Amino acid sequence: MIGQVFHGLGTGAVYAALALALVLVHRFTGVVNFAQGELAMVSAYVAWQLVDAGLSYWLALPLTMAAAFAAGALAQRLVTRRAADAALIMTIGLYVLVHALADQIWTSALRAFPNPFPAGPLGVAGPLAVVGAVLALLYLVIRHSGAGLTLRAVAADPRAARLSGVRVGRVHALGWGLAAVAGAVSGVLVAPVVFLEPGMMGGALVAALAAAAAGGFADPVTAVAGGLLIGVAETLAGTYLWADLRVLVPLAVLLALPVVRGGGLARVRT
Amino acid sequence: MSAGVSTGHDPGTGHRRPAVGQYAGDRRRAWPYPRWSLGVAVAGAVSVPFLVPPYPLHQVTLVLVYVVALLGLDLVAGHGGLISLGHGAFFGVGAYAAAILLSSGVPYPVTLPVAGLVAYGLGHAFGRPAVRLSGVYLAVVTFAVAVAVPPLIRRLAPGGAMGLPVRTPAAPSLTGLADDQWVYLLVLAVAAAAFTLMRSVVRSSWGRALVALRGDAGAAEILGMRPAAIRAHAFACSALYAGLAGCLFTWTTGFVAAESFTVTLSITLLAGIVIGGLGTVSGAVIGAVVVTFLPAPGLVSGLALILVLAVAPSGVTGLARRAPAFLRKDRR
Amino acid sequence: MRRLVLVALLLVSACRLTSAEVTVSSPAECAGQRADGLTPGKVLVGGVYPLSGPASAYAAVAQGVSAYFAWANARGGVAGRQVEFLVRDDGYQPARAVEEARRLVDSDRVFALFQTLGTPSTAAVRAYANQRGVPQLFVASGASEWGDAAYPWTIGFQPTYAAEARVYARHLLETRPHATVAVLYQNDDFGHELLTAFEEAVAGTGVQVVARRSYEVMDADVQAQMASLAESKAGVFLNVGTPKFAAQALAADAAMTTWNPLHLLNGVANTPSLIAALGPSALRGVLTTGFYKDPVTWETDPAVRTFADAVRRHVPGADPSSSQVMFGWTSAAAFAAALERMECPSREGLMAAARDLRDVEIGTLLPGITVSTGPGDPYPVEDLRVFRFGDSGWEAV
Repeated sequence: MIGQVFHGLGTGAVYAALALALVLVHRFTGVVNFAQGELAMVSAYVAWQLVDAGLSYWLALPLTMAAAFAAGALAQRLVTRRAADAALIMTIGLYVLVHALADQIWTSALRAFPNPFPAGPLGVAGPLAVVGAVLALLYLVIRHSGAGLTLRAVAADPRAARLSGVRVGRVHALGWGLAAVAGAVSGVLVAPVVFLEPGMMGGALVAALAAAAAGGFADPVTAVAGGLLIGVAETLAGTYLWADLRVLVPLAVLLALPVVRGGGLARVRT
Repeated sequence: MSAGVSTGHDPGTGHRRPAVGQYAGDRRRAWPYPRWSLGVAVAGAVSVPFLVPPYPLHQVTLVLVYVVALLGLDLVAGHGGLISLGHGAFFGVGAYAAAILLSSGVPYPVTLPVAGLVAYGLGHAFGRPAVRLSGVYLAVVTFAVAVAVPPLIRRLAPGGAMGLPVRTPAAPSLTGLADDQWVYLLVLAVAAAAFTLMRSVVRSSWGRALVALRGDAGAAEILGMRPAAIRAHAFACSALYAGLAGCLFTWTTGFVAAESFTVTLSITLLAGIVIGGLGTVSGAVIGAVVVTFLPAPGLVSGLALILVLAVAPSGVTGLARRAPAFLRKDRR
Repeated sequence: MRRLVLVALLLVSACRLTSAEVTVSSPAECAGQRADGLTPGKVLVGGVYPLSGPASAYAAVAQGVSAYFAWANARGGVAGRQVEFLVRDDGYQPARAVEEARRLVDSDRVFALFQTLGTPSTAAVRAYANQRGVPQLFVASGASEWGDAAYPWTIGFQPTYAAEARVYARHLLETRPHATVAVLYQNDDFGHELLTAFEEAVAGTGVQVVARRSYEVMDADVQAQMASLAESKAGVFLNVGTPKFAAQALAADAAMTTWNPLHLLNGVANTPSLIAALGPSALRGVLTTGFYKDPVTWETDPAVRTFADAVRRHVPGADPSSSQVMFGWTSAAAFAAALERMECPSREGLMAAARDLRDVEIGTLLPGITVSTGPGDPYPVEDLRVFRFGDSGWEAV
């Protein structure tokens, strides 16, 4: 039982990191980015390619994060200039396109990805620590830096921010870039366990969406907690109840949310 | 898409004019051409099975099947401004409902209403909690539905992962038609009925309320409309259309399997309606052609989706409307 | 008016634009049989494979088939006929597989469907092929279903999952008669068939299944399943997964220091991509089964050398060391054998020949394994050999 909970937390850490990325994007630009998981997958491929070319893991990692930041900011330029529903469909187009590109470039063959953490139940502490560190870092950047202040200003009222001279487009790009970094963390965390292949983030995206929705797509702490809880719930449901129940956990969470949180979610912007 | 909704009529240019039914109180006719042209179109559609060899006929039948599904999707996406990523799942549920009934010996005409009702019920079950919150939330919930349905089908439905082969509707012997010709005519009849019904739904006070909500939910609510109820009902009706289309799919292909109704299908349908043009009937038809002939979401459809949204948010239909003005070079 | 048009059109419904099917007129005992796509100098054959999508790794099978036919054509064809092989993509979606099969039969007018890949796509096409009376030969899936007499136009090729399970059971009974077994299986027909057959084969013996855990195709990973299987401390681990999940289970097993069971890897998972991803250290000592010659282990074998040369010459994009390419080549050779043994030059004749192959030997099958069918035996290859992963790849046990 304890072992299963640990494994659930390991899976949940991946969901949490991806949910964090979803929350960041939505909070700062009002878009739910369905392509977040695929961007994370590509980040993992980039890291793999760098390691494969002979770079050390700890050198490849920051390079990958920088690439993810750039890719996220680029995607923002493309997506968020549209009305809300068009932007959402745009992210779905991005999801399809990125997935197809990865399929073309790297094929569906399995690739082994280096794992910096030891195996076994204790190895779970690694991913958890990474997610905690990312969360803390984001908190520091957003709460205590000048860029973070403008980010929050734009999130609170884009029009007022623009009137007071903030370059809203650049700030949005910054938000997407940060989110892509959080997503890349989830990709790099999941790749050693599931093996690298274009479909590897498929299951994680649903769980991350459910976790992010639990925080109203606005609250990073709830999203992270939700991701961890969904990971544990999936594992326990799969082990002690009905194996097929795993896929139902995110859906059940999503359907229960309006009942549990009531009007609390209504403030979610469309 | 939501930008630039003007109520002015600009005869000649057209491209600034929103599609029929896009805004409240639109009284324009959906078929703006002479009545005899409608007759010609009907005659043309009916004569297809007698002029076309079996394989292309099968594809034309599939186009009609997807037209029904896209008409439904367009009700929420085009008129309601809500995004559903779960229509592939409702399509699959309808297809499976029909297949299970057919394989237990139920006559095929019965399967159509049952498939529609099952999908309608599911649409209500998932749509009602979802639309209370926001449009984004509906997209997320329906995405989760689309992910969860195929494994459930694989586990619970007869046939399991092997899928379920069924007999397709046989032509009554007195018509002297081949079975695939008969199925085409059946699908054509259902598609025509679905089309007519959808037109009257969109024009009804309820359909106009849906469009009004899309324009300005707050104002519409002050005018006494109940957003959650109207949207939930629209979503369920739209699921009903997807279920009907699923039933027609079973009639056409004679085989259902969970792999056919994955999230991929939902995305394909959404891509179809966006590329075809939201909020228009011709958009549904063009979208159905796209869905049939460009089946797997890949480089082409991903790129097309992004390009259409970036360059021509009104889809191929909008482009076609712009074309005459573009050629005359009197664009405004 | 509209109704009038309809009636008029119904009356002319007989004049549909379709060309009649080709039928055989001589010899007398074959008269009336259908032979679309078959002429004395040429035979048109179609296959449906997942060239795109999540299962696109299996496209290598089509490359092996194409290489065989190209090689045979260069040597004068199969029984004097040049084989034209059309490959279509279904993206591993059954509905598309049916569509592509329809297109091959109705539009391209192929003589026979040679191979559909995967259980769902094959099941989907089977209904259509049997309704149209088109041979669907040597499908690439190990389900026992393909021996079903209700579908006379469909026949499998590789040993069934049940046959594979019995080979594992036999091997365990010989080498570890009191083994305890933990099973990880995919929660669908493939996993269930293998698991059930294995349990039946060991029922009443000293070998016991002490733990079984399933996973869903949608699952992200099998870590939790592996952790709970490890608690059983079973001496043998039977890995019934598709390549991705089997690889995860192998990696998890290799990483676990507290549990070191004998690892049995099912044949479906034994792909070049899995071996490349895991590397030899994680695979050492793992057992699997096979029925054709592994192109790496048997590199010096004359038949394998012919294969590798032909692949390099005719399908330059293919990897001649891939076992999936070899699988395609071997099954195409069996198809050629059926074509050669056809008595009536018709679809009926091809099906009769495929159902009456008596111990046909194919160079790339393992020594002692033959293609054999007959009345009451609808399974072409039924025998398997056990292999262990050693220093130089898979070694016979």
